[in-house]
Amino acid sequence: MAESADAFEMRGIVQRFPGVLANDHVDFAGRVGEVHALLGENGAGKSTLMNVLAGLYHPEAGEILIHGQHVVLRSPQDAIANGIGMIHQHFMLVPNQTVAENTVLGLNRPRFFLNLRKIEEQVQALGEQYGLSVNPRAKIWELSVGEQQRVEVLKMLFRGAKVLIMDEPTAVLTPQEVEGLFVTLRDMTKRGHTIVFISHKLDEVVAIADRVTVLRRGKVTAASVSARGVTKAQLANLMVGREVIFKVDKKKAKPGDVVLEVNRLCCDNDRGLPALREVSFQVQAGEILGLAGVAGNGQRELAEVLTGLRCTTSGTMNFNGTLLNRHTHWLELGQQLAHVPEDRAAVGSVQALSVAENLILKRFNRPPISKGWSINSIAVKQNAVKLVKEYNIATPTVETHVGMLSGGNLQKVILAREISGHPKLMIAVHPTRGLDVGATEAVHKLLVEQRDSGTALLLISEDLDELMSLSDRLVVIYEGRIVGEMPAEGADIRRIGLMMAGTKAES
Amino acid sequence: MNLPGTHYRLRIESRSNLPAWVGAVSAIIGVFLALVVGGFMLRAAGATDPIGTYIEIFKEGFGTPADWAAGLHALFTGTDCPKGMQCFGPFSDTLVKASPIMLTGLACVIAFRMKLWNIGADGQMFLGAWAATAVAVFLLPKTTPRPVMLAAMAVAGILAGMAYGVIPGFLKARLNINEIVTTLMLNYVAYLWVEYFVVVGPWSLGDFESTGRFPTSATWPRLTDYVKQIPVAAGLTAHPGIFLGIAAALLLTWILYRSRWGYEIRVIGNNPKAARYAGIDVARNIILVMGLSGALAGLAGMNEVAAQRELNGRFQQGLGFTGVIVAWLARLNPIAAIFVAILFGALLVGTQLIQPQGISSMLQGVILFVVVGTELLFHYQIKLEKAESTAPSAAEASHD
Amino acid sequence: MTNSALIALAATILFDAFVSGTPLLLATVGEIVSERAGVMNLGIEGMMLVGAMGGFAVWFHTGNLFFGLLIGMIFGGLLALLHGCITIALRADQVVSGLAVTFLGTGLSSILGAPYVGKRVPVPLNITVPLLKHVELQQVLLVIFGLVFALLVWYYVNRTRPGLNLRSVGEYPSAADSLGLNIQRIRFTYVVFGGLMSGLGGAVMSLITDPGWVDGKTSGLGWIAIGLVIFANWDPVRGMVVSYFFGLLRRLPLDLQNPALPLISTANNPSVGRFMDMLPYLATIFVLILGSREALRKRLGAPAALGVPYVRGEHS
Repeated sequence: MAESADAFEMRGIVQRFPGVLANDHVDFAGRVGEVHALLGENGAGKSTLMNVLAGLYHPEAGEILIHGQHVVLRSPQDAIANGIGMIHQHFMLVPNQTVAENTVLGLNRPRFFLNLRKIEEQVQALGEQYGLSVNPRAKIWELSVGEQQRVEVLKMLFRGAKVLIMDEPTAVLTPQEVEGLFVTLRDMTKRGHTIVFISHKLDEVVAIADRVTVLRRGKVTAASVSARGVTKAQLANLMVGREVIFKVDKKKAKPGDVVLEVNRLCCDNDRGLPALREVSFQVQAGEILGLAGVAGNGQRELAEVLTGLRCTTSGTMNFNGTLLNRHTHWLELGQQLAHVPEDRAAVGSVQALSVAENLILKRFNRPPISKGWSINSIAVKQNAVKLVKEYNIATPTVETHVGMLSGGNLQKVILAREISGHPKLMIAVHPTRGLDVGATEAVHKLLVEQRDSGTALLLISEDLDELMSLSDRLVVIYEGRIVGEMPAEGADIRRIGLMMAGTKAES
Repeated sequence: MNLPGTHYRLRIESRSNLPAWVGAVSAIIGVFLALVVGGFMLRAAGATDPIGTYIEIFKEGFGTPADWAAGLHALFTGTDCPKGMQCFGPFSDTLVKASPIMLTGLACVIAFRMKLWNIGADGQMFLGAWAATAVAVFLLPKTTPRPVMLAAMAVAGILAGMAYGVIPGFLKARLNINEIVTTLMLNYVAYLWVEYFVVVGPWSLGDFESTGRFPTSATWPRLTDYVKQIPVAAGLTAHPGIFLGIAAALLLTWILYRSRWGYEIRVIGNNPKAARYAGIDVARNIILVMGLSGALAGLAGMNEVAAQRELNGRFQQGLGFTGVIVAWLARLNPIAAIFVAILFGALLVGTQLIQPQGISSMLQGVILFVVVGTELLFHYQIKLEKAESTAPSAAEASHD
Repeated sequence: MTNSALIALAATILFDAFVSGTPLLLATVGEIVSERAGVMNLGIEGMMLVGAMGGFAVWFHTGNLFFGLLIGMIFGGLLALLHGCITIALRADQVVSGLAVTFLGTGLSSILGAPYVGKRVPVPLNITVPLLKHVELQQVLLVIFGLVFALLVWYYVNRTRPGLNLRSVGEYPSAADSLGLNIQRIRFTYVVFGGLMSGLGGAVMSLITDPGWVDGKTSGLGWIAIGLVIFANWDPVRGMVVSYFFGLLRRLPLDLQNPALPLISTANNPSVGRFMDMLPYLATIFVLILGSREALRKRLGAPAALGVPYVRGEHS
């Protein structure tokens, strides 16, 4: 049998998680010396598939071949032993150790004495060989994100990886660093490595990939297509598809005054790099403004800035005539500015407290809940009973710990709390993430009701279908900038997909 | 972990639906186990009859049923305690010992509720004792009426303890300095501070390392003061200080469960991120809670000097640490702390006369250990399930 | 006082500082190692006490100093083993478990040590050394051991593979885990190591630096060690230096008993003595305050994963 030109091949991979079929009989292969891009939206199944190849997941069905030989990968160590290395979105580097130390961590040789000088030289040499120069003596936290990524690559190369899987590698890079990365990848393919490039960014995929495979909702919609023979529009189409699953019944919006005005807002992310770049938009009363974009393009920072959890570096936010800044009394604003956070359990609720106690989280300081110094427990209970009934929250009693509720019901608690304060503005971040169909529908209904009663809503979501069906207007965010604004009615989903992926014009 | 040879495995999974009784039951089981372990240790230390020792401790701490019967009889007939019986003697001693522990226990309860590890209750207590003494002996005239004097002492104790608690609180809130180390260090400073005043400094009475007897107005009345009306109260040193503890427990209960402040404390203690999300000022609360904690411990100090009627070099160290155990055993519930404190009071009284010394500290350590250890076991449930070849559930974090 | 006498006094104070600081050094460096791996053990005081008592008891019955030190060390290690089981395997709260270790150690040492209070002590082997005149051989050996130990630990942690593993486990266990290291086993090893060293520190106290056993022998040294670990910024060599410094602080009140020093002598001025005794404790707080500023400036700080039980898959 002729030796396969495939460095690796995955056949019929099935990977299931509770409630979702992440990979549905997926075939995927990589040739020696190519860059193969794996394209798709959030939730399409790209990272899952590659986690299987990297030995982190064990698929329910399917097989993996390396150079034509069947292998079973039980752990990342197995994968490395077979020459497969994965570089995750979340780097696995020890921040206050040096490049050399990180590169050599977990290896068997040298066994005891670390001749750091020698290792540094080896790392340096390897870096020069591949054009990935990093100072081997530098500590990780001193490096830029791009340099850190190089360290991750070197780490894999040091261990003899031939197949390198890169999960959204450009998500954290500046345009110049992206250029540098592409040069490196080209060079590596010339040396016989195989690169799997997971991305949602069309421009880059078209620029760097030899072949492209597109996943949508766990299935392959385009298998190993040559990157040269396909247009971006076609790829976008394959990525987002045309059917809209949830069609929410809603009346026409009757937008009123501007409730929130954001002007040239800038802020940094946790790493100190700009997360929002001169963001400007308005939200009017009685409308839902949908913010579309792939996760990691500044949405989280925007929500945090708007709710006082993060500082801005420049620009203004104007809520109902008042300027929001570091002197704002967020507890006073209380229920006027509602926030349904991304992380229900860790931020939006207090797990060990009861449903009733969680429902007063934003208003415990105000009558009728507060009575002088104390909390009026009758009012708390009444409030809870009313809200539980109104919002159909499934809980044994109002005294039950909120930690015992299902995700959908926890979200209802949070929504009930935020909505019942009759807010002027509500910011909902990924409100239906992880919820089943029924819960999702309920949440959607609540959001539309809010909008109909005159609240201004900013809806941040990764789910395009949701955005399309709920929003009245849409803005698209990409790399911290607003790259597009349009009414939702009649919006071209392919165009939005392109914008989300960084391209403006059709090609 | 996999069960060898089978296709099944045990999975230890965290339980989030803890019914209320679990806390109490696990505490009781913990104490029981601790007694068993302690018994073995006693054996090893040369005690010949551990169970007998435990019975002795119990008798010394609470008294036998016969004692109680005799005592009740004497109470209702207005007679003396019969010869050879102890009547309420042991229980009275227990209450005396329990009252400062109750207060330091409550000090720890409120601090731990916000995950502030106040190990300095001892030092705060010493400082409260010092301040109360200053008021009693040097600031107010002897002739001050008793209620006024005691109130002033209490205020002094509270303020001193509060200040001593705010210092580490401030360091934590502003500079994020570990409060465990700062409170611990301040303990030793407080011990030495009192030692200075009482042993070599301005308050000592010559060779006696003591301030000398307080004026009567600066002391707690004792049950034995009423021996004319209640003959059976002869020799009983129980004093109203215990009510300070009970009042404090009720106050803390109100604060924690009924007040706005308590709500903030509980939210911060459970989830600081959610607290910030809700707009709660975490730094301010750190300082306030440490202040309250210190105040309670300071009050314990005042309680003790008013009971002992002097401040001397033998002022007991370690009651603040016992407070830690009381708080933990009470599962940070103020009302439960009342009962646990009485229990520990009995333990301290019961072990006073027992050889070997140090047994109370050892038992306290064993109890804490066992309770901490078994507490976790109650938090988990063991499930038997079919072993799949799935990788650790961890990887579900990156679902894409 | 003559010049040569002054110099001799200074030399004596310095040597005493080294001697007095070594038990602290052993406990501090041991805890540094444990915390670098991510496990905080507040029970140092308890471990030192059982080490002191156990070591003394064993020496008392066997007459063998070395054996005493060894057993004292093991006693400390056993308590740490208990702490490790509860905090690593059962993921209990490290603070409370550490406190329990302290109570247990304090109580056990008190009970089991009762028969040994005030008994005869090991006889020092005096040798003559220039400047210092008579010093004990054991103490000289001890100081040398302490110095070498700290330096070896520094080398181990920073320049060897097991040291690299240790550090990564305490900083960013996810990275270590993803590369195949066994987090639990590594943490267990080093928390026991910390206990062994604390036990040794205690045994050294009752057998060499200040021979004899009394209840509560270590008088809070274990707690100071916890603060020193922070001030040493989790570096063994810096821990060594600050330990000696604190040894000096502790000896000062005693050494200043010399009546030939009129003003500051504690013999002449007993009140000052108490405040001098406060110095080590106040100094610990002071250095922590200093340290917090420095930490902010230089991005220093505790091992990132300290005190956090490791659960695979949880991102911070």
